[in-house]
Amino acid sequence: SLPFAVGQCGNQVGCRFWDLALREHAAVNKKGIYDEALSSFFRNVDTRSDGRDIYKGKICSLKARALLIDMEEGVVNEILQGPLRDVFDSKQLITDVSGSGNNWAVGHKLYGSQYQESIVEKLRKTAEHCDCLQCFFIIHSMGGGTGSGLGTFVLKLLEDEFPEVYRFVTSVYPSGEDDVVTSPYNSVLAMKELNEHADCVLPIENESLFDIVNKIHQMINSGKLGSTLKQTSLVTSSVGSAKTVQEKPFDAMNNIVANLLLNLTSSARFEGSLNMDLNEISMNLVPFPRLHYLVSSLTPLYTLADVNVPSRRLDQMFSDAFSRDHQLIQADPKHSLYLACALLVRGNVQVSDLRRNIERLKPSLHFISWNQEGWKTGLCSVPPVGHTHSLLALANNTCVKPTFIQLKDRFLKLYKKKAHLHHYLHVDGMEESCFSEAISSLSDLIAEYNELDATKGGPRTDPSRLKIAV
Amino acid sequence: MSIVTVQLGQCGNQIGHEVFSAICGDARGTHGLCSRKESESYRDASKERFFCEEESEVPVARAVLVDMEPKVISQTLATAARSGYWKYDDRSHFCQKQGSGNNWANGYSVHGPRHKEAIMNLVQKEAEKCDRLGGFFTIMSMAGGTGSGLGAFVTQCLRDAFPTSFILNHVIWPYGTGEVIVQNYNSVLTLSHLYQSSDALLVHENDVIHKICAQLMNIKQISFRDVNRVIAHQLGSVLQPTYTAGGSHYSRNPLGDLTETLVPHPEYKMLGLRNIPQMPENSLAYSTFSWPGLIKHLRQMLIANAKMEEGIDWQVQPPRLGPSIPSGRSTNKPLNFNTSIANLVVLRGKDTHSVDLGSFRDPSLYTSWLNPQDAFNAWKTPRAFNKYEKSASLVSNSQFLLKPLDNVVGKAWNMFASKAYIHQYTKFGIEEEDFLDSFTALEQVISSYTIL
Repeated sequence: SLPFAVGQCGNQVGCRFWDLALREHAAVNKKGIYDEALSSFFRNVDTRSDGRDIYKGKICSLKARALLIDMEEGVVNEILQGPLRDVFDSKQLITDVSGSGNNWAVGHKLYGSQYQESIVEKLRKTAEHCDCLQCFFIIHSMGGGTGSGLGTFVLKLLEDEFPEVYRFVTSVYPSGEDDVVTSPYNSVLAMKELNEHADCVLPIENESLFDIVNKIHQMINSGKLGSTLKQTSLVTSSVGSAKTVQEKPFDAMNNIVANLLLNLTSSARFEGSLNMDLNEISMNLVPFPRLHYLVSSLTPLYTLADVNVPSRRLDQMFSDAFSRDHQLIQADPKHSLYLACALLVRGNVQVSDLRRNIERLKPSLHFISWNQEGWKTGLCSVPPVGHTHSLLALANNTCVKPTFIQLKDRFLKLYKKKAHLHHYLHVDGMEESCFSEAISSLSDLIAEYNELDATKGGPRTDPSRLKIAV
Repeated sequence: MSIVTVQLGQCGNQIGHEVFSAICGDARGTHGLCSRKESESYRDASKERFFCEEESEVPVARAVLVDMEPKVISQTLATAARSGYWKYDDRSHFCQKQGSGNNWANGYSVHGPRHKEAIMNLVQKEAEKCDRLGGFFTIMSMAGGTGSGLGAFVTQCLRDAFPTSFILNHVIWPYGTGEVIVQNYNSVLTLSHLYQSSDALLVHENDVIHKICAQLMNIKQISFRDVNRVIAHQLGSVLQPTYTAGGSHYSRNPLGDLTETLVPHPEYKMLGLRNIPQMPENSLAYSTFSWPGLIKHLRQMLIANAKMEEGIDWQVQPPRLGPSIPSGRSTNKPLNFNTSIANLVVLRGKDTHSVDLGSFRDPSLYTSWLNPQDAFNAWKTPRAFNKYEKSASLVSNSQFLLKPLDNVVGKAWNMFASKAYIHQYTKFGIEEEDFLDSFTALEQVISSYTIL
């Protein structure tokens, strides 16, 4: 797999991801052997010339298979000066100085064309080092200029250069009180690109991450858990990772997203009795090409030190995955319509636990008529650091609709007044039609979800079967 | 004669490993309850069928392992070698890195042709190692992408390359409530294609085995490993050496015998498997069974389509046949009665020579095409299997799988009507027309089994 971090948000999350990935592999890989699992995300580079140790399979120096892109230097520089500096190669970075000014057009059109060649070249080099490239991850935010604009440009580039490799995008959507005024423009313009060029999108909303972080703080501070709480198990924690500096406010939230990506790829990296690869996720959760937005939820948010987990607690984990509080966007999948659902379980959980919980939860969930048993499941034996088991739920559910509708409304509020439009139209290649096409793409998407919602709760008539002449 | 096993996909490889383990463990075992000569004969026959003796002394399974991602195969090879009792040939496997993504079209249309040569080379090598090739046994699931799609393609290749060999496909029917969302599509495509190249499809349903684990084996937290072990036990109980009627040596052509006795007509290839008794290993020492009891239960399991020996519906009885009722097409068949085309019972252990199987020869159990003598066969051996003092297995070509098949086709059709997920298949070259052909083929099979 090849993650691309684009923009400030993307790189900050990306940094947490690499840190936690190293921590996870260190916990599992005690012998220091460069194994299959590690190779999916890291290259083993011998910095001395003889190459002996590489031949023996030992870990010499791990380099992340990644590309870090940002149009201003601050964040990337910090990463390169920080504890992870050895994990990245200068050849994997693309930076500029002045930033994109929170302007999608600058990111997409201006920097896009300027850096196209450089990006393609570095991409090819990095890809060459991979035995088998299964999927690209793009991590970015939608509201700004670089992540949103250049990020979606890279997306298109990936489709052109490597059409067969899956493109997963983790997108952080702006909240209503976002401090960037033009975030609705940037987001909608980016949405059109996601609609057309991404295989799967995992939308994330900062509000949800914030709520989760708060919830964890409350639980810790209320003293209910006391000393039995395992610090490393917090889905927000960096304990045990390379980062020792005091955490900045977004760090905890970014850790959650990093954990999401770790869990998503865990079955591809580690063994289990029912493997679930990324291409399987795309296959099972995307019934129609444009409906590829997946709502994710992670549980547990923390574990207690009690190692003997009674199955009641295990069952609680499954229930939590479907509760509002654990979703990474502001949505309530339980009250909307499921097109498909995937459960990836890590740790000492068996198929009978999985089945028991699916049976238990099924009656309270609404699945579309042609996919009443629309469950995709995976079992990975290796749990995340600090946990005995964990669950990642991915839902293709119409509850994403409100997020998109709000986005559309905020967009129209600005667009009707033509506010800030000139900043965009100044950029070469940018026209008003870009805006109208983008909003129309979003409207179509919302309409598709509406159509599906309309079928919810209606009478179910199965289509009649083929008749065979006897 | 030797059988070459082809293990396809995660499921195929996980199960395959358990099968060889069970067979090796049983052949090596000392609780045969028979004479030493008999035991040695049994062990030699079993070894010839499934293993190759090499200079290293540890038997090498006659198997080709195929998967589109590496983790499962590495695990399988390692676990087998660790046992110290048997292993796989280190070179007899083929894997790639990227998997099939649960996409039948990817397995069948992309991976299949791309890797055909490499895979068939491995098969050829294994086939050549056999003094006499008795046929192929493939293990796969229908739900995923590799076992199902690539499995269907490989079966076709086997048929083309070995037109006179027997091919028995062991197919795993997935849990009804999703392991994979597109499992019904994958199943429909797999079954319709296998029907064309395979000689017989031997089916195990995950739901059924799961129940056996829960209710008979008393396992609390059931894992796939538990399920696979039960499956391996059931398969072993059929595939291990036996004497077919009138023979004085262990039969040397198990796959041929199986398909010849059970598949008289190419339209009817779906075989179900039942095994009795099943219990946790630590209860074995305390249980005794009588043959009449076992046979009675097994017969009722057949008639009433019971999945295991608990919860059998004893009310179901075969129809009364008389001279005035036209045989076969009687519409007075009792409800829930499972009509058979052909049955095979395998008896292993103490006193098998004296078992009365007359109740299985009852013509009312069968359709009319075959003489009851031909419709029923029994294989026996005094050598006990896998620590069970007495065990009986039934392989049945009957309406056992009619309902599951109908369910799967129904669900797939429902999804197909809304065109959901179809773009994922057309992307790799399987068009709507191909789906329709598969649906048609299976509706035909359903119809054929229904009117028995």
